[in-house]
Amino acid sequence: MTQTESVAPLFRAGDRVRVREAYPIGHVRTPYYIRGKSGVIERFCGAYPNPEELAYARPGLPKQPLYRVRFRQADVWEDYRGKDEDTVDIEIYQHWLQP
Amino acid sequence: MPALFSSFFAGALPMKTFRGVHDIGGLPADELVPSEHDYALWEKRVDALMVLLSRKNLMTVDELRRNIESLGADAYDKMGYYERWIYAITQTLIQRGVITIDELGSRIADVQARVDDAN
Repeated sequence: MTQTESVAPLFRAGDRVRVREAYPIGHVRTPYYIRGKSGVIERFCGAYPNPEELAYARPGLPKQPLYRVRFRQADVWEDYRGKDEDTVDIEIYQHWLQP
Repeated sequence: MPALFSSFFAGALPMKTFRGVHDIGGLPADELVPSEHDYALWEKRVDALMVLLSRKNLMTVDELRRNIESLGADAYDKMGYYERWIYAITQTLIQRGVITIDELGSRIADVQARVDDAN
């Protein structure tokens, strides 16, 4: 496998996605509080070696597409009392996202 | 993951409770008091060491993070930022075989003896 090989991007800006609701042991780069929540792809950020593999001194290849995903705060927190239009952006690797 | 693994350990791990000690987004916390402070010389040296090890491909920032996250909750809370860093750098270099525990122990003893002599 070469340094340049990447997993094909599955999503585009504007696509609705759901973060996988998984709780594995190990170095996980997806925050706990966002797992299982739904948001919208804000942008494609490029493809990078998977940090969850790099953390164990493995090459992390092929590169994983990374996206900035926008979530409504009201969708993230059950008791959110702020404005309805408030959002939070989180950068999430593709293997943590589902259509 | 092999099917045997997942079925054998079914029930061993509570499904929704594995949360890293560092992964605190959304949890209740004490009031945050922002303050400016200078870095001690040793802290700057730890930062420089990380830069050098990264450039020489002897470790990644991801290994740094993983080893910091593997601290127990009590140690994680009590240790300062760069104390966590030097702990994680040391762990990584041992894991990669860059240094041995024995080399590290001998060197710490040398430094301790030097400090004791000076006092």
